[in-house]
Amino acid sequence: MTALPATTARKLGLVIDLDTCVGCHACVTACKGWNTQNYGAPLSDQDAYGDASGTFLNRIHSFQVQPEPVNDVPQLAQTTHFPKSCLHCEDAPCVTVCPTGASYKRAEDGIVLVNEDACMGCGLCAWACPYGAREMDQAAGVMKKCTLCVDRIYNENLEEIDRQPACVRTCPAGARHFGDLADPDSHVSKLVAERGGLDLMPEQGTKPVNQYLPPRPRDTIQPVMSGDEDILAPFLAPVAEEPKGFLAWVDRALEKL
Amino acid sequence: MQPAPSVIIFSTLSGAGFGLLFFLGIGFPVVSGGVAFVFYLIAFGLAVGGLLASVFHLGNKKNAWKSFSQWRTSWLSREGWFAVVGLLVMGLYAFLQVFFDTTVFTLGFTGAALSLATVFATSMIYAQLRTIPRWNQPATPGFFLSASLAGGALLSGNVTTAVIFLIILGAITVFHWWKGDQRFAEAGSTIETATQLKGRVSLWEKPHTGQNYLTHEMIFHVARKHAVKLRVIAILAMSVVPVVLLVLFPVHHVLAAIAVLSYLAGVFVQRWLFFAEAEHVVGLYYGAHARA
Ligand code: SF4
Ligand code: SF4
Ligand code: SF4
Repeated sequence: MTALPATTARKLGLVIDLDTCVGCHACVTACKGWNTQNYGAPLSDQDAYGDASGTFLNRIHSFQVQPEPVNDVPQLAQTTHFPKSCLHCEDAPCVTVCPTGASYKRAEDGIVLVNEDACMGCGLCAWACPYGAREMDQAAGVMKKCTLCVDRIYNENLEEIDRQPACVRTCPAGARHFGDLADPDSHVSKLVAERGGLDLMPEQGTKPVNQYLPPRPRDTIQPVMSGDEDILAPFLAPVAEEPKGFLAWVDRALEKL
Repeated sequence: MQPAPSVIIFSTLSGAGFGLLFFLGIGFPVVSGGVAFVFYLIAFGLAVGGLLASVFHLGNKKNAWKSFSQWRTSWLSREGWFAVVGLLVMGLYAFLQVFFDTTVFTLGFTGAALSLATVFATSMIYAQLRTIPRWNQPATPGFFLSASLAGGALLSGNVTTAVIFLIILGAITVFHWWKGDQRFAEAGSTIETATQLKGRVSLWEKPHTGQNYLTHEMIFHVARKHAVKLRVIAILAMSVVPVVLLVLFPVHHVLAAIAVLSYLAGVFVQRWLFFAEAEHVVGLYYGAHARA
């Protein structure tokens, strides 16, 4: 039944640090690699050398943020790279809409999965997900989504260090963290508490398990070359801000044209 | 949302078909023999043809039968049950009318109720989705049901009832458009709630340079600019023209046929708009629905 479990013993999920992510797409590639070679239908590409499109379980969006002025001083815009995969929601609307029972949420660890042998490819679950975390594979005709690398995290054939999601294992910046968010003492829960982890689109009522850590406030940097910390500073200060002599005359003449 | 032709054909035709089955089921009119045969041919043709069209939309058709399993949670599953049981009950009712000139009202009423329940379940597939605020409103079942009843009354020759339901359909549709235009703002999802970033947020770079399943399926841009014209066409063809024809020439067969065709064309346009105008909140992650 695609009813949701009332509670799950554990809430396995990801904590994604928007302060640290450098937008390198390494997790995208690792995710596609692992999930193409392992569980279920491979993640196909269409027209890979032309007008390419394909199935991905993890995508990086990048946003520009224009902060509000501080004391009437305009602030510079900032870039935030934004990895997005399934948030393994507690009230997952994608599960309850599924007519075939292919979509389900596991009672033991809260992972939301698709049983591809039962999926009829109606796409309704992708419509029900607010986050765009489900994509219908155009070659296989079945629904694909992040499995939280269920075939890695419990896999005794892998070295212990590799028993975590491919995206987490790969991230060179350490921006993705995996753990049990139901356990207040887990390192992910501590991160969430410390950094103020946030739910995406809380108004949709999905209660996401994955949490996002907001970018830290921008550093305040001292004005350049003030103070005595650099004895060469005076020599590097700009000279002759206003043109003089002939150049000044050219400048004035051009202005008048 | 991408207006998939198979789904639009399905909901237009099967809506009218189940509407006709409803009126035949409650005995307006009570038919028998050859006349009954023609009526049921049209009704089953529309209802079943529409259902088959919707199966073409599936990516993995061989698992379609599994969609009967989740009736406890899924409206799509319930739709399948209501449709199949409804068609079987109405099939038996029709068989007795056509070949034995016998009308069993217990069967007819049950079949009529199941026919309407099918249309209601179809509408709830859309209305339940919080991710598409335009659909997520009570008027969505309202216009699916009234469109079905209006079509059924038209096809079954219940002229006065048809006029009443066509007017109700027009009114609910206009309300649905008016309310629908505000629903996205009411739902409260913005690029800021989607990203939880503080400040004025805009998309700087998409995940990939090309399109993907999500942008193709849910972020539909083409021809929305014609929306107002299409709304006028839909309301004229679906409601106004049939009502005028029926009121002025209540017993003219050719004009009644024109009224039916006009109604179907109007509902078709209205269903196209229902999809084309629907905005999915996932668009926020792709820079859609930016504030002006
Ligand atoms: S993120 Fe989307 S696909 Fe994942 S559990 Fe939540 S609603 Fe379902
Ligand atoms: S696409 Fe597959 S998993 Fe999704 S709702 Fe349809 S049958 Fe269920
Ligand atoms: S947990 Fe696994 S499936 Fe999910 S985004 Fe990471 S690599 Fe992809």
